[in-house]
Amino acid sequence: MDPSSPKIEVLSKNVVEEPSLMTGAVPTKHWMDVPAVFSPGNYCYPGKPSIMAYHIKNFSKIGYPDIFGESREWKVEDDDWHLPKNWEEIILKGMRERLDKFRSFKIFMDCCVRCGACADKCHFFLGTGDPKNMPVLRAELLRSVYRGHFTKAGKILGRMVNAREMTLGVLKEWFMYFYQCTECRRCSVFCPYGIDTAEITMMARELLHLVGVNTNWIMEPAANSNRTGNHLGLQPHTFKMNAEFLMDDVEEATGVRLQSLNFNRKGAEVLFIIPSADVFADPGIFTFMGYILLFEHIGLDYTISTYSSEGGNFGSFTNNELMKKLNAKMYAEAKRIGAKWILGGECGHMWRVVHQYMATMNEPGDFMEVPKSPITGTVFENAAALKMVHISEFTADLIKHNKLKIDKSRNDHRVVTFHDSCNPARGMGLLDEPRYILKNVCNKFYDMPENSIREQTFCCGSGTGLNTGEIMELRMRGGLPRANAVKYVEEKHGVNMLACVCAIDRATLLALMQYWNPNVGVCGVSELVGNALIMDGEKERDQDLRFDALAVTEKNEEGE
Amino acid sequence: MKESFVAVIALVLIALIGAQIPGMQYLFGVVLPYLAFVIFLGGFVYRVMQWGKSPVPYRIPTTSGQGKSVHEGEVTFQNKLDCPYTASEVVGRMFLEIVFFRSLFKNTKAEMISGPRLTHESSKWLWLFSITFHYCFLVTVLRHFRLFTNPLPFFLKPLEFFDGILQVGAPTMYVSNALFVGALLFLFLRRVLNRHVRYISFSADYFPLFLILGIAITGILMRYFIRVDVVTIKKLTVGLATLQPAITGEIGSIFFIHVFLVSVLLVYFPFSKLMHLGGIFLSPTRNLPNNSRAVRHVNPWNDKGIKAHSYAAYEDEFREFMVDAGLPVEKELSPPPPEAEAEETPAEES
Repeated sequence: MDPSSPKIEVLSKNVVEEPSLMTGAVPTKHWMDVPAVFSPGNYCYPGKPSIMAYHIKNFSKIGYPDIFGESREWKVEDDDWHLPKNWEEIILKGMRERLDKFRSFKIFMDCCVRCGACADKCHFFLGTGDPKNMPVLRAELLRSVYRGHFTKAGKILGRMVNAREMTLGVLKEWFMYFYQCTECRRCSVFCPYGIDTAEITMMARELLHLVGVNTNWIMEPAANSNRTGNHLGLQPHTFKMNAEFLMDDVEEATGVRLQSLNFNRKGAEVLFIIPSADVFADPGIFTFMGYILLFEHIGLDYTISTYSSEGGNFGSFTNNELMKKLNAKMYAEAKRIGAKWILGGECGHMWRVVHQYMATMNEPGDFMEVPKSPITGTVFENAAALKMVHISEFTADLIKHNKLKIDKSRNDHRVVTFHDSCNPARGMGLLDEPRYILKNVCNKFYDMPENSIREQTFCCGSGTGLNTGEIMELRMRGGLPRANAVKYVEEKHGVNMLACVCAIDRATLLALMQYWNPNVGVCGVSELVGNALIMDGEKERDQDLRFDALAVTEKNEEGE
Repeated sequence: MKESFVAVIALVLIALIGAQIPGMQYLFGVVLPYLAFVIFLGGFVYRVMQWGKSPVPYRIPTTSGQGKSVHEGEVTFQNKLDCPYTASEVVGRMFLEIVFFRSLFKNTKAEMISGPRLTHESSKWLWLFSITFHYCFLVTVLRHFRLFTNPLPFFLKPLEFFDGILQVGAPTMYVSNALFVGALLFLFLRRVLNRHVRYISFSADYFPLFLILGIAITGILMRYFIRVDVVTIKKLTVGLATLQPAITGEIGSIFFIHVFLVSVLLVYFPFSKLMHLGGIFLSPTRNLPNNSRAVRHVNPWNDKGIKAHSYAAYEDEFREFMVDAGLPVEKELSPPPPEAEAEETPAEES
């Protein structure tokens, strides 16, 4: 934990007692008169000039020289952001273009009635009490400029109809609050018109990029992903080595030396794409062990690509163009390898992009076949066009057909709950599959309260590229609604493991749990699958994949 | 809020005074209503067409429930109405959204109490009063068909019967009148008392509330308290509907105030948030099926020119490392200088 963020005792008190809209205080000033003030801890660092130059160079080659503005050195806390001279014009032109390209944007600018149903649905509002974190007001930050420049009433009546001009103060406000939205879509579930703040945040971030306002935590991984294939910048040999190290750990824990892990192999039936953090960081690495144990267990003909070694897509946190460019690797590699279909690992925003954008962004994937599980024969008609299946769909199907030898008791030392990641929940509808798996590989599974799970799930507080260390307090506040629901089941059922299907979650929930609920660990669903699998030739299992001791059961005792 | 209130009062005064001026009754009773109606229809259509002109580049339904999967009913249980997969399921979702305000029905209220502990309770008040307001508005509009049609439409008698079922007063009080004003007052009070909503509300939120309240109050006054010449009114309104408008006698100022406020509402409607009536039908997070992996959605401005950093370029950059690590490559490492090669490896083998 970053030393500048407050101790839990302090923050626990602050969120309840400090005067905020959440705790009952009403600001006396009109929100247009409250400027965004940056201070250490409340903003993400800007993109490094070298990184931005790299993106600009790439996009200049294909006819988009302006989508990331100019690369330059600038500081968020400085008054002067060294914007292009005509930056207002760029923003307004960009807004006009986007109004004409996205019906969602246009309608969402026009038909909000400010009923306020969304107000207390946002995790950032609940955790900060800052009025501008109410989804309705977050949208008004942009809507007011829309009114001021694109509607007659706004141009004439101005402030009386909450219309305003585009100013530097507005731009700074956008940078602050559109980077305090994780595009989790929880507000959109409750909106009577389906207004989706994620859409609005996406537009605002695209506009900010046009004038070179960006964050390094997003731009650098995106640059890495473009060049090395993954956000972490792991080069092919390192990626392979990391993954192979994990085989050693698997062998130590299970006694089985896996034979099937391979890379870049042409002719493999299935191309498997994971979020790269799963070969790199605890606890994602245990999820990775789960994947490769599963594939060995069922004898899947698969390969992992080092070129397309990233499921996640930080481009999707910037603009449509970069999202598309990074995503295009998946099909390109499937084609090169000659895969019949693609299997995707546990990653949240990856699946938003894959499920709702990928088929549209790419030319049809007709070089592949409709995904068919070689083990069960199940044809995934729900992925007939895209040819890509989620690992939870795949695993649930295996369990349904009794194709896995499972010893549930090996997860008896875990009392598990499940965090629905925002994207698979509200941008895909993947809610039952992970639960089905968990109930089949664990004996102790308890859901969190109903207003905090499934389509009402709370964000980890750090999605859309906000999982950076410099905004720890914000993240702990934004994650509080999630942590609070975990605490509830921890107290009620003794939950000690928070399972999820998202790599960002595995990193951010870990920090969140260490802060709010230190007795609760974080794992991927596939890790628990890996623990429970009875592998051919395995040794007597007394440890899980983390080398934690298994619960003592009668069977173990007899054995001893 | 004050400006909006003053604006509506001003509108009332304009009609009150204006209608006293000889000849102006024709303006308030005929010209303005026609003009307003045309602007309403034209404006509404224009706005919807403007929205329609922008494409829907991606299929982005908010999936508010389990989606369609392969073992329906065994592994997964699709929530067809919150996460539709087919066109008919989308119709179902839209029907519930538009007719029953389903999303609003899900509303919760969050509170932070010491601990810290967050609670989320079901909260149906907004839904209840919104739906009451909208349906009373609808019933009121439908009841006004009595004024414009001859013979009366089939639904009118039963509608009036049920609306007057309490049989209180003379003329019989309509339930919708009371509920309409009650719901409007609730929505207004909520806007003022709920701190979240108060902080974000502005003229565009208060003005239509006051305006509609003004319309309701003048209508109610006319029906129950201030007598107006109903026969003359009906002649005028039927005349309006048949494009032969005529004012054949004294009607009473209250009527002109009522009609003027309605005219203002019609003109205001297409250029305001009231267009949510049209927006809900077009909202891409609600009116699309969640089948984007099964059926490819086409984006008209998708640029084929944006391609991935190529595998060839990737391999070119990392080939040496890849070969060293035993990763398969498309092109072998470029051969060492020819003289060295000649010494060490026979040419046939390469």
